[in-house]
Amino acid sequence: MSDAYLQLDKLTLAYGDTVAVRNLDLTIGKGELVALLGPSGCGKTTTMRAIAGLLTPASGRIGLDGADITRVSANKRAVGLVFQSYALFPHLTVYENVAFGLRLKGISGPDLDARVGAGLKSVGLSAFAGRKPAELSGGQQQRVALARSMVMEPKVLLLDEPLSNLDARLRLEMRAELQRVQKETGVTMIFVTHDQVEALALADRIVVMLNGGIEQIGTPEEIYNNPVSAFVADFVGFENVFALKDGKLVTPNGPVALSGTAPDVAAGLAWRPRAVSLGSGPFQGTVRGTSFAGNTREYLLDTPLGPIKAEIDAGLPPHEIGSALAFDLPVAGAANLKRFG
Amino acid sequence: MTARLFSPVVLFLLLVFLIGPFLIIIAASLSSGETLAFPPQGLSLRWVMKVFTIESFRDSFAMSMFLAIFGTLAALVLGIPAAYALSRYSLPAAETVRTIVSLPIIVPGIIVGLALLRYLVVPFGFNITLALFFAHTALVLPYAVRVVSASLDNLRSDIEEAAVLLGSSRLGAFFRVVMPNVRGGILAAFILGFVTSFNQVPVSLFLSGPGVRTLPIDMLGYMETTYDPSIAALSALLAFLSIGIVFLAERFLGFSRYV
Repeated sequence: MSDAYLQLDKLTLAYGDTVAVRNLDLTIGKGELVALLGPSGCGKTTTMRAIAGLLTPASGRIGLDGADITRVSANKRAVGLVFQSYALFPHLTVYENVAFGLRLKGISGPDLDARVGAGLKSVGLSAFAGRKPAELSGGQQQRVALARSMVMEPKVLLLDEPLSNLDARLRLEMRAELQRVQKETGVTMIFVTHDQVEALALADRIVVMLNGGIEQIGTPEEIYNNPVSAFVADFVGFENVFALKDGKLVTPNGPVALSGTAPDVAAGLAWRPRAVSLGSGPFQGTVRGTSFAGNTREYLLDTPLGPIKAEIDAGLPPHEIGSALAFDLPVAGAANLKRFG
Repeated sequence: MTARLFSPVVLFLLLVFLIGPFLIIIAASLSSGETLAFPPQGLSLRWVMKVFTIESFRDSFAMSMFLAIFGTLAALVLGIPAAYALSRYSLPAAETVRTIVSLPIIVPGIIVGLALLRYLVVPFGFNITLALFFAHTALVLPYAVRVVSASLDNLRSDIEEAAVLLGSSRLGAFFRVVMPNVRGGILAAFILGFVTSFNQVPVSLFLSGPGVRTLPIDMLGYMETTYDPSIAALSALLAFLSIGIVFLAERFLGFSRYV
């Protein structure tokens, strides 16, 4: 991150007296594709709106391309935003929607035609130029919204939950579309999502947010494999999360010793269901539920450590509900949490 | 059996009640007799023709048109920003403002007329035409605010933000993407306001002076002295005018969606 392109310094954002984001520091490089990931109310959308200029920060600074844009109004920032609802102008055709910003820049005639044409072509909607937004499907509307922002050649393109309104098939298409646009134009892209799968699949770097602050920043691999806190671990699919005290797991039934030696620095340990080894080990549980998930079979165990989720290859012999089962939580398979809580 | 028989009867009576007077007026206006009567004596268009020759009707029609058009336009100029503010911002006194704006429909027109006369025209020698204009603007304002509000509430607010991010100013966004999308509501409000103003009697009754009268007031005055079918002819013409306006509005705007 040596080349800071977009820089948020000690950014505090508030709606009236309600502080939504507190002292946020974030640096994003030119051409990066960054995901702001977090549950609703974590401040990710608020942060995005502040970058767009739709919300004036209570304090702090926003820098873009070497200039301080904290007080620059939204219509002069060269920041594009694809709204979750797409926010197409219902009274204008697809062509006029895409031409809207260009016309305001004073572009007209063949130049306008060429740029709108190129924008529509890049999202595969050339044939729809004369339609009204209401005559398009949700996926097509979103591509119009994308083209409308991209023809403005924004320095930063923001996307609010770009995939959440699409069905599974369109989602894959749009993901590929966004990656292609980003590779072709090199635009710096920031998208907001509450879906870890989307963030992991699409982003170069993920910013996990919680309660108006940043919980963790890292590549998808780092976030997926090495969550720093119980919250991030839980968010990216570590179903079995324990605090660690004096080298022992903190459980509802008191401290429990591990089969191995816990690392000194960890404040907690977390296991994905895959990392729980079933069939042997120092712990005992009872199978409460089981479900078949194609390649694997998932188990929910009642144990003295609390409920444990485990997952094994579907080819292995199944365990009946109600049967007793030994298991282990191997230290080697755990994520070490630096913070707990 | 009884219910099946009953409902057409109710429907028929209802139609008679609603449309009957209108039909009677039309029939009476086509009379060839000298006095307003039903059933008409003979058939002729002489009273319909006579309406156009009565000078005071022409003046009061012009006055009514002026009030209906400009009073409604003034109400829209005030009402559209008000509706916008009420629908887009969470104002502290929004409910109070809504109530105050609605007052002219709730308060009997006769009180509004009397108040304007007693406290505006009499003490300050306020111009009657101006007083009528203000009164009609105030009367139409509630319709303007309500109908335009309904349109604005149905319009997503994020399109304004989208317009701003594409380089438009806030005000520009209002004119470029809000107004075009509530145009139907504004036209509907205009028509509703126009008809309300045009048909308005009680307020205008107090604010009529020498040479300044709206058409309905003039018609009342005319009937006091002259009891001929021309008044029926004029009424029928006005009814057709209203029907024509609403028909066109429905045809081209889908008027009933807004009211």
